[in-house]
Amino acid sequence: MGLKVFGFKGGVHPFHRKESTQDKAVERMQAPKLVYIPLQQHIGAPCEPLVKPGDHVKLGQKIGQPKGFVGAPVHASVSGVVKEIKQVPHPAMGQGLAVVIENDGKDELDEFIVPKDIESLSAEELKDLILEAGIVGMGGAAFPTHVKLSPPKDKNIDVVILNGAECEPYLTADHRLMVENPRDVVDGLKAIMKVLGVKRGYIAIENNKPDAVCVIANAVKSVPGVEVIQLKTKYPQGAEKQLIYAVTGRQVPSGGLPMDVGVVVNNVGTAAAIARAIKTGMPLIERIVTVTGGGVAQPKNLLVRIGTPFKDVVEACGGLLGQPAKVISGGPMMGIAQYTLDVPVIKGTSGILVLTKQEVEMPEPGPCIRCGKCVEACPMRLMPLFISAYALKGDYDRSEKLHAMDCIECGCCSYICPARRPLVQSIRTAKRVITERRRRTASAK
Amino acid sequence: MEPLIVSSSPHVYSEDTTARIMRDVVLALLPAAAVAVYFFGGRAALIMAISVLSAVMTEAVVQKLMKKPVTVNDWSAAVTGLMLAFNLPPTVPLWLPAVGSAIAIALVKQAFGGLGHNFMNPALAARAILLAAWPVYMTTWADPIRVAMSAAAADAISSATPLAILKGMEGTEAQLPPLWAIILGNTRGCLGETSDVALLLGAVYLLWRRVINWRIPFSFIGTVALLTWILGPQGLFTGNAIYHIFSGGLILGAFYMATDYSSSPVTPKGQIIMGIGCGIITSIIRVYGGYPEGVTYSILLMNVAAPLIDRFTMPRIYGEVRADV
Repeated sequence: MGLKVFGFKGGVHPFHRKESTQDKAVERMQAPKLVYIPLQQHIGAPCEPLVKPGDHVKLGQKIGQPKGFVGAPVHASVSGVVKEIKQVPHPAMGQGLAVVIENDGKDELDEFIVPKDIESLSAEELKDLILEAGIVGMGGAAFPTHVKLSPPKDKNIDVVILNGAECEPYLTADHRLMVENPRDVVDGLKAIMKVLGVKRGYIAIENNKPDAVCVIANAVKSVPGVEVIQLKTKYPQGAEKQLIYAVTGRQVPSGGLPMDVGVVVNNVGTAAAIARAIKTGMPLIERIVTVTGGGVAQPKNLLVRIGTPFKDVVEACGGLLGQPAKVISGGPMMGIAQYTLDVPVIKGTSGILVLTKQEVEMPEPGPCIRCGKCVEACPMRLMPLFISAYALKGDYDRSEKLHAMDCIECGCCSYICPARRPLVQSIRTAKRVITERRRRTASAK
Repeated sequence: MEPLIVSSSPHVYSEDTTARIMRDVVLALLPAAAVAVYFFGGRAALIMAISVLSAVMTEAVVQKLMKKPVTVNDWSAAVTGLMLAFNLPPTVPLWLPAVGSAIAIALVKQAFGGLGHNFMNPALAARAILLAAWPVYMTTWADPIRVAMSAAAADAISSATPLAILKGMEGTEAQLPPLWAIILGNTRGCLGETSDVALLLGAVYLLWRRVINWRIPFSFIGTVALLTWILGPQGLFTGNAIYHIFSGGLILGAFYMATDYSSSPVTPKGQIIMGIGCGIITSIIRVYGGYPEGVTYSILLMNVAAPLIDRFTMPRIYGEVRADV
């Protein structure tokens, strides 16, 4: 392992705020009385429920089948009785249909769950297993992993990167996973490489996690073709395009996908989930969640069953500390603010952040002073001040010409803006409008 | 439980705010202000006070009249007032800074939309107007008081700045002051521009606080150094570049005036072009022009070019696909 540290141009350096959980081992949270398992947990196709109220379900049993290719099945994270299937608060979509299961506390295993071995499975069998296990990207977006692992024939993939950057402040779930369970991470990488027929794999970690770098480096010593890459600690180092550039020096073309430059990126958590699904046969029914922020009594890294309401998770961390001002699913840079603690943990929930009034600044936008800090910070080298100015005037054509669609919505511009302009917020709106327009012109043709 | 705040990400912000940046600029200017008072006496303090007060009051009044929120607490008007005072000779009548600041704020800044919308540096534009309207007041230089007293010279009013002497302008057969006096600020000139030591101290602070970056000031000063050395009075490569760097308003202009956010380019490449452009124009005016000093006009000229520079220096974005490929 060399001393060389890789990075990208631009970015910002927010406070890490990881101290309160980075050294705390992952604890398993007791399964709650009721779980709410949303039938849609990511963009793409929602699931069709396979159960109905009154049905008895076993742990790991498939309860939702996706209606399209870009989808992943969902499974029961407890054994018990299906109480109802209804609209519940959803951490990413506001509302969503969910299967509510009353836990009988027995954790009775589904009979389909049988341990397997990576070596004895073919690439195709592995991919099917990943699909059937409901594996999705664990970094936050929860994109179905089997789709990523099915590139078109004409794309020549030669590199797999595992994303262990965890550049969002506060979050330590991936950090703890790498330190405590390097074997699963590496085995998952091996499985992904086997599916794609790729010989080169990298595990990329920000250099503010020296213990994780060390442990993972040890774990890959005997694995041919796999290397650990140390990344500069800055945000958004874990953004896919910035990560690919840091590790390979390749730039994903505008409007393109990582596979266009021969790369597939997966989160370390996704790799570990794949390895566990193979080794234990258990589909994705739980994940590590960092529960932290000034509004939580005992910040922790918890292994939580999918479908556990946020309020139960916070309760397992000693409850709230005073009056929470903001609850965020994910990190503070890209996470989604929640209107209620009744939302359940889903496959993409990397963190639950409870912020107090002191930690939350309500920005009061002033006029742009043209300091250019957003231009310097933008990791895509866009000019946020101009894109945003046009977007706020409703001139989305000009926003589009200034490459609004290349914005990765990392939020560096808004973070750094001394006038607290709603930069990324307005660019996000512009992107929605432009996408909608493109869709309409496409369907009109 | 009280309702939770729901807003679009990001949920955290850097500590930088507009007010903090402007306050930093004022802080950075304080050493030079102190030196001005030391060398030019209480009158310098009075000019600065009047200028700042006039700027802040004009901003408040104009914003009130235009029924806009009054934002004098963002410190930006104070910065403009202080900058203008720095660009005045210490001998000006006391109403001049008041008028100048009012022009800077009302005409150059607020008339064009206020903070962030002025297309020229307000203090410099005001200075140019004052120079055109009251040329005598604006070019009457005083020896620093300490010098005058120690030399017991009665004529505190004298006419030539070091740059004028350097240029060999008419009636300026006087001896060039030594370089150390120029660097310390013990020389004739506008009250805030003379002490390079104090100005550089503030500049280091601004660079450290990342209020400004190196691009404009370094490319500006570097270009002036290069050109004034090449275009020397006794033929090529005979110029006194060091003297040119430290005399006149170059240090003040390069670090504090050309870096004005709203009137300079926002692109990294554009900022370097701005600096080089300022350097070229300053050098040409200093060497060939009718004025001994060219910093003000160079910055104003590049100010109006800034939007164009921005347009032609847009950064190549990550993964940009050229249309012809």
